[in-house]
Amino acid sequence: MATDIIIHDKKDNVGVVVIEKITPKQDCACWIMEDDSSTNIQSVDEIPLGHKIAMIDLNEGDTILKYGHDIGKVVKSIKKGEHVHVHNVKTKKW
Amino acid sequence: MEIPKSFLGYKRENGRAGTRNHVIILPVDDISNACAEAVANNIKGTIALPHSYGRLQFGADLELHFRTMIGTGSNPNVAAVIVIGIEPKWTKRIVDGIAKTGKPVEGFHIERTGDIGTVMKASKKAQEFVMWASEKQREECPMSDLWISVKCGESDTTSGLAANPTVGNLMDKLEPMGVHLCFGETSELTGAEKVCATRGATKEASDKFMKTWSAYNDFILKEATDDLSESQPTAGNIAGGLTTIEEKAFGNFQKIGNCKFVDVLEPAEEPKKGKGLYFMDTSSAAAECVTLQAAAGFNIHLFPTGQGNIVGNPIEPVIKLTANPLTVKGMGEHIDCDVSKILSREMNMSQAGDELIKTTMRVANGRLTCAEALGHKEFVMTKLYRSA
Repeated sequence: MATDIIIHDKKDNVGVVVIEKITPKQDCACWIMEDDSSTNIQSVDEIPLGHKIAMIDLNEGDTILKYGHDIGKVVKSIKKGEHVHVHNVKTKKW
Repeated sequence: MEIPKSFLGYKRENGRAGTRNHVIILPVDDISNACAEAVANNIKGTIALPHSYGRLQFGADLELHFRTMIGTGSNPNVAAVIVIGIEPKWTKRIVDGIAKTGKPVEGFHIERTGDIGTVMKASKKAQEFVMWASEKQREECPMSDLWISVKCGESDTTSGLAANPTVGNLMDKLEPMGVHLCFGETSELTGAEKVCATRGATKEASDKFMKTWSAYNDFILKEATDDLSESQPTAGNIAGGLTTIEEKAFGNFQKIGNCKFVDVLEPAEEPKKGKGLYFMDTSSAAAECVTLQAAAGFNIHLFPTGQGNIVGNPIEPVIKLTANPLTVKGMGEHIDCDVSKILSREMNMSQAGDELIKTTMRVANGRLTCAEALGHKEFVMTKLYRSA
């Protein structure tokens, strides 16, 4: 079965688009690498290859988990299925 | 797949083996570049390594300059070396350092002779060296003679998903064969530094890593503007979907697979604790990092990329791999190993690792890399601070 989104770790709250792009309201097949399991999600935004999608609703101040690890904080609330990137997530480092 | 036990390399006087057989013309300093390039133009089959530094440096910065120069000349991918500098003393120091390997090396200084006289004398010696080196034959060498360095560039999320773990898979398979391995990029481990520290083989190695990372981080915090001037992540990283330095770091870190590092090296420092994985304190800029790793004696380089970095090195062949199908499509002439089928799940990580091992062996045996065929020979010295 074709995979539209890959998720590194079961704990992750974002997935990565691995097809050229997903379009709004697309029913996407997701594969979780860690335990070889599958899930589904309906997209809200158009999201290009390599960019991230929110797997759950996220509020300002929440932590983004990828690889099972903290990769930054939410600075503008994000709905499940929306594009996650520099417009709504920032580093906790620099 | 059965892992190969040997490759065809050039055996050197000091017991190391090279994947290449270069005769290099090494300028000691910026003002000797013209002379070095003239010699390389006269004598076919030699290569000049022009660079920007080597005058009025002092302290640790000067030591790094000498270590990089001597290390580059000493690399087993180099058969013989002509060293050209403005003054005799620093020229001799580099010649003497390289001579410890037992390979042919001769130095020339320009003061009191001028460019034209120096080019004539150095060209005669370079001709002798290149004709001597041209008779060297490849011989069977054990896998443990491979010293493999790694560094990723123009990364995107496909790097962390697939290309970097492919390198990690290769490391897991080749480490038991007794190869030397090296990763670096101190600044690009930011966010993953604590997890990386747990991968030290000893407490000493872990502590040394944290000390090195902290020093680099302090320096970055001191010099940084509010946005790190689009350097971390780069505009290319962001276009490829990477959002933060932490995300980039965890992707970067996939390159070492399950290996543990035995020691932490200074920039361009040769590993001294035997086989296994080493961490080197380097910049995350591609050409600077590969130049330092080559100067430490690494003889083949693996370079996973997402958006398509194009870097090469004059003496260490740089093998590119990518998992990004758009990069394969748009700039395939730069890609030695295509692992984009991981994303469509037509290839698993172990199969990708095997493909990369096959590519690595072909290049070790003499196949040109894309970067070599395209003429990429970026030689970029790391400078620690202002000159006197």
